[in-house]
Amino acid sequence: MAKIVILGAGIAGNTAAMYSRSFSRKEDEVIVISPNSKWNWIPSNIWVGVGLMSPEDVTFELAPIYQKMGITFKQAKAVSIHPEGNASNDKGYVTIEYTNSSKSGTVEEVSYDFLINATGPKLNFGATEGLGPDKNSFSVCTYGHAVEANNALQVSIERMKKGERQKILIGTGHGNCTCQGAAFEYIFNVEYILKHNGVRDKADLTWISNEYELGDFGIGGMHIKRGGYITHSKIFTESLFVERGLDWITRSHVQMVEKDRLFYENLEGEEKSVDFDFTMLLPPFSGVGLKAFNKNKEEITSNLFAPNSFMKVDADYSVKSYEEWKSSDWPTYYQNQSYKNIFAVGIAFAPPHAISKPMKSPKGTPIFPTPPRTGMPSGVMGREVARSITDMIRTGSDKPTRSASMSSMGAACIASAGAGLFDGTAVSMTMFPIIPDYDKYPTYGRDINYTFGEIGLAGHWIKHILHYVFMYKAKGNPFWKMIPE
Amino acid sequence: MKVIKTYEKDFYAPMPTEFTTKMRTNIFWQFYRFLVINYKMIRMTRFH
Repeated sequence: MAKIVILGAGIAGNTAAMYSRSFSRKEDEVIVISPNSKWNWIPSNIWVGVGLMSPEDVTFELAPIYQKMGITFKQAKAVSIHPEGNASNDKGYVTIEYTNSSKSGTVEEVSYDFLINATGPKLNFGATEGLGPDKNSFSVCTYGHAVEANNALQVSIERMKKGERQKILIGTGHGNCTCQGAAFEYIFNVEYILKHNGVRDKADLTWISNEYELGDFGIGGMHIKRGGYITHSKIFTESLFVERGLDWITRSHVQMVEKDRLFYENLEGEEKSVDFDFTMLLPPFSGVGLKAFNKNKEEITSNLFAPNSFMKVDADYSVKSYEEWKSSDWPTYYQNQSYKNIFAVGIAFAPPHAISKPMKSPKGTPIFPTPPRTGMPSGVMGREVARSITDMIRTGSDKPTRSASMSSMGAACIASAGAGLFDGTAVSMTMFPIIPDYDKYPTYGRDINYTFGEIGLAGHWIKHILHYVFMYKAKGNPFWKMIPE
Repeated sequence: MKVIKTYEKDFYAPMPTEFTTKMRTNIFWQFYRFLVINYKMIRMTRFH
């Protein structure tokens, strides 16, 4: 009997758990450890953030689903990893602390044969003074945050209905943020909601981000064929912004957020400020801060984790300039190289470097997006790592069998630009590969025949259908494996 | 007073024509695009 322990129950963790259970032998045990009792379809949080969906629409309780599937669920947060076991036992284990009301604070050691780290990120609001829902800005990173954002947005809308003008500022709250796509969706949905409330003319909407140009999205942007030209996503995105009357500030690192004013530094080194009545700013991400210890109880965190607390896997972490980057720097199997029975998937793995070109202001402030690794790629990593582990259990080998490199993986993405059955729109995008490969595709880094983008109602229909399809799949309902990640 | 937007950043962005904008929510055209986009996305899944 083998024991597979999965830390985290997000898109990557839940997918890894479901496939681990499905591909493993009956006698094997699959354990999921997550501090949250609910699964959250995070891509739909932007609709909670504008009041078009409720938290119940984007979540479900994990315990009954895992009970149905034969997966052990422990509502707890992982505190430390002990890959060599302890003085009396060589078997690796994790120390967890329960977060549910009945066992809150209880500490337990959970041993494993294979460990999948899928904890997702720590929302690092502390990196910017005044950032976060507890301070002066809102967020849509969790469904709880999205509810708070919507409550504040509705207050702004009521003020506009009374004739008051409102300044709305949406984007990224630090020079090293990722997930610009989520903020992009949010500003477009806010604009849509304002129109539907008849107050669009009362609002000044401004985008602020760490992207070098609009349309970078942390992937260095992408080129698409459109109207007889191959154009960069900057052109496409600027057009969408201008069409909707949205202003934008790019190349910016937010330094501080006050109650109604934000201070930022740009790549030119200028320090500026912008006033707002309502702001939603995404935080930068870091790893959740797990510690690691060897058999002698000596800390070995730096062996397992990069300085940003994300877990090191089979990537090339040597320091290189942008010109030296290779798509092969990115991990293939997501296996830790010190401990072959530990894997990290989704946001939890440490990327070898960014995708967008690193930039610094004259004062030395880094201002560029860190790489996104959410959604579809996360799910694929979870599935393939689960298949590798179940193969390794059967063969006794320490070599993973299934690869899921982002440099040989395509991605499809739908970015909502307004939700309505007949007047909604969304930007539909595909790209191949996710990590640009300038050796194989010297001009644009990606295969132009598989990289496309367009906006329209069809995209909204797909996004809306995918919401229900992925909720269905995540619950392990019949034929869930037929639905791609 | 006239608002002249020349030399501002949004003056340089391409703007969709009225026809393009209408086609984005035209049910029949969008149903066709729905099929095309689904095909393109499903095709992408073969890369993993």
